[in-house]
Amino acid sequence: MLTRLPVVSVNPELVGRTFPPAQPYLVGREKVREFSRAVFATNPVHHEPEAARAAGYADVVAPPTFAVVVQEATLAQLLAEPDAGIDFSRVVHGEQSFAYERPIVAGDELTATLTVTSVKTLGGNAMVTAESAVVDADGEHVVTATSTLVVRGDDA
Amino acid sequence: MTATALTDLAVGTVVAEREVHVTRDSLVRYAGASGDFNPIHYRDDVAAGVGLPGVLAHGMLTMGLAVQPVSEWLGDRGYVGRYGVRFTRPVVVDPQEGATIGVVAKVGTLDDAGRPQRIDLTVTAGGQTVLGKAQVTVVFR
Repeated sequence: MLTRLPVVSVNPELVGRTFPPAQPYLVGREKVREFSRAVFATNPVHHEPEAARAAGYADVVAPPTFAVVVQEATLAQLLAEPDAGIDFSRVVHGEQSFAYERPIVAGDELTATLTVTSVKTLGGNAMVTAESAVVDADGEHVVTATSTLVVRGDDA
Repeated sequence: MTATALTDLAVGTVVAEREVHVTRDSLVRYAGASGDFNPIHYRDDVAAGVGLPGVLAHGMLTMGLAVQPVSEWLGDRGYVGRYGVRFTRPVVVDPQEGATIGVVAKVGTLDDAGRPQRIDLTVTAGGQTVLGKAQVTVVFR
């Protein structure tokens, strides 16, 4: 028995909503190495602490897209928000960006806080943009990860 | 490392180029490393069930590997300050043949000192562009 799905409608009142900070994420050296291998990152600063120190970093450096791992918990908060109206099975990743104050290094304890910045409807689809601001243990900004999620409307 | 002076690179100069062959193994590895276990990235039946032409590479894997030629070119001289993409076309990864992703990185803009500031990426698979507006802003230290 199929239920007729309504035309997609993400709650426009989400705009401006800031979620509680996610649990702190402790960046591990082996996790950085594992992620680096997975994205074909070969620069020794991603793998060898000595190479990272020689380049002026405290420990191995995470590749630019590593922040998505830290951001993930905040996107889960957004998708689980009861009044958001976002059906995860209809979500497609539309755009992604990262804006760094400094690279992430192993040993960083990072806390991400998500704010919804835009909800738009375009051709039957909804587009939700959210920024996750990531700070270190001192509260200093490290990176902001921004995602645009496309929530597809009725199947064409 | 090539030692071309940073101020000798005009807009449009190719600073890095690379082809990366990804296989289903690469997708499983990325799933584990990133925590993105959406089965459309490793199960043919699930991918077919939602109408996809096959198992797809994670968009974030494509984004992640596409910036690496820039990171290598940059070396210890700086880091990636900003990186953004649009996911315009999925990369289908054949169970036997895999898929080859091509990356060409060109100087997009120069900073006040005449050094590359924004690097624009062209990212293709099977002859078609898969990432749109893929731009990397570099920070020199």
